[in-house]
Amino acid sequence: MTFWDLLKLSLATFRTHRMRSFLTALGIIIGVMTVIAIVALIQGMNFEVERQISTLGSNTIYVQKVAWGMGQIDFDELAGRPDLGLADAEALGRLRSLAHVAPQRSRNVNRITHRGEKVTSVGLVGATPAVVHTVNYRVETGRFINTDDSLRKRAVCVVGPYIVDNLFPEVNPVGRKLTIEGRRFTIIGVLEAKGSFLGQSQDNIIIVPLSTFDKYFPEPRSRRERIFGGITIGAVPRPGVTVEQAIDDMRELMRRRHGLGYDKPDDFAINTQDTLRELYQNITRVAFIVMIAVAGISLLVGGIGIMNIMLVAVAERTREIGLRKALGATNRDVLWQFLLEAVLLAVVGGAIGILLGLGIAKLAEALAHLKAAAPFWTILLGFGFSAGVGIFFGIYPASRAARLNPIDALRYE
Amino acid sequence: MPGQPLIRTENLAKVYRTGKVEVRALCGVDLEVGRGEYVVLMGPSGSGKSTLMHLLGCLDTPTSGHYWLDDRDITTLDEVELARFRNRQVGFVFQSFNLLPRLSARANVTLPMVYAGVKPRERALRARELLEQVGLADRADHRPNELSGGEMQRVALARALANRPSLILADEPTGNLDTRTSEEIMTLLDNFARQGNTIIIVTHDPEVAAHAGRVVRLRDGRIEDDDRPPSASRDARTAVKP
Repeated sequence: MTFWDLLKLSLATFRTHRMRSFLTALGIIIGVMTVIAIVALIQGMNFEVERQISTLGSNTIYVQKVAWGMGQIDFDELAGRPDLGLADAEALGRLRSLAHVAPQRSRNVNRITHRGEKVTSVGLVGATPAVVHTVNYRVETGRFINTDDSLRKRAVCVVGPYIVDNLFPEVNPVGRKLTIEGRRFTIIGVLEAKGSFLGQSQDNIIIVPLSTFDKYFPEPRSRRERIFGGITIGAVPRPGVTVEQAIDDMRELMRRRHGLGYDKPDDFAINTQDTLRELYQNITRVAFIVMIAVAGISLLVGGIGIMNIMLVAVAERTREIGLRKALGATNRDVLWQFLLEAVLLAVVGGAIGILLGLGIAKLAEALAHLKAAAPFWTILLGFGFSAGVGIFFGIYPASRAARLNPIDALRYE
Repeated sequence: MPGQPLIRTENLAKVYRTGKVEVRALCGVDLEVGRGEYVVLMGPSGSGKSTLMHLLGCLDTPTSGHYWLDDRDITTLDEVELARFRNRQVGFVFQSFNLLPRLSARANVTLPMVYAGVKPRERALRARELLEQVGLADRADHRPNELSGGEMQRVALARALANRPSLILADEPTGNLDTRTSEEIMTLLDNFARQGNTIIIVTHDPEVAAHAGRVVRLRDGRIEDDDRPPSASRDARTAVKP
């Protein structure tokens, strides 16, 4: 019996039991669909997040009080850490391995008004002119803050597009005034739109000189601000210096300034793009595990469905099996017949699942503007897994069919 | 080997055990059937004739004794070789036809050739030839449920001949048919016999028995009577084809 004969045989069975075959394959379809869709979406998100992370300023190193990340936070330990200050930034600025050092401070502000119009919850950043080297701010109109603004603690600000859209929808805002929590500032420039980062708008921002910030908004307002407060120092390594070398120098300097013994842990944190990347990968790892669990369960259920229906098929076709054996089918011929049927059921289900999964990915791409992409290996994986499920759950019914005694099978009613 | 009989059994016995109950279906059957013989096996139910038929058809193996088919001792064959023997050496005809309902008449006739590994083109030619032989060339594409009982049995006869077996085993081939169609089927079997096929029919029907050259009667698992016409004694072929 050739493979082609077997294949025709199995396909004929599906033709006679269309609905039954479809329902049986449904578990596999859903399982594979889930895998493909989620892998495609996560790939799309990876792509997007990577793009966003790289807008941060690709090799900027941030020295802060607190490490970026998730999980358990020991507030008491953090509260005990010294605040970073301008002196730290100055000391870091003298390191030979760094090209630019820019201290900045930020807080959330709530009352930004202009002629009765108001926006709330805006990120207020106090920065030095060097911040353009550490964070990729680009000015669209007007100018950025300069050394003169810093020295004179001028009440000037550069605003993000969100502010312009909400307070100055019709006019060029440069030269106009706005009020930040009761303080009047003059707008000197507008930033280019940056989009959002991890779901947060980056255009909802006002930048003022750091010295001005410290003059007008000196007091931390909450325990949270006290803990997470202090300045953030962004630094960019000199060309030819790797990020790792720069970090080593910075860590050594900071530990010396804080008088830490060799056995004491850092009481500051050094964050880079890689920290964010790790953070993000931790999140997606969880999503991956959940996906594998969901897909695993539905493949398992699908496999049990296949086993069930194959046992029914073997029982229904006992006489056929007896007859085939009487006509010269070997046990192996019968085994292959039923095994191929189970595998085909699973693989066809897998193929449908792959198509549906790709469809969902395309849909998400259109709706959420994600660049969803199912890599080729997921398609192979989908096929491989469904075939595996077919073999695993098909082998028992098939071997039962193969072992039937031809006489008993022929007599079976 | 022209001198050797096609079938020879020696003290053939079959015991079925279900739990503690032992059923001696066959107890020591010695039977010889020559090539080209046309034999009927008769006997009341429980006489062991079905068991003998299954053994002769290589569907089952005996508890003790020996069975040579075409000079091969069947009791020494494994599962694969037995399947091969059923495929090449034996053609079965059943009371209830046993056609696969989803397949056309042609595909049913083709089935034994599929398992024999015959090439598709050859299968098609042979199937057409066989269906012509049983007068169903024009019904080749019909499924069993579109055929009458007599037609179905004719398809089964064509299928039995597909691999040119040395033995045709028919189990009550007319049991489900009316008198007229029974006659048609018996005429075809008579034709096959005349062409030199060895045929063994299991039946209750004396009219069917009248077609055969030899009647073997079984009772309680033994041969009670072997009514062998004198002409069909040792070399059966000379008797059937004078």
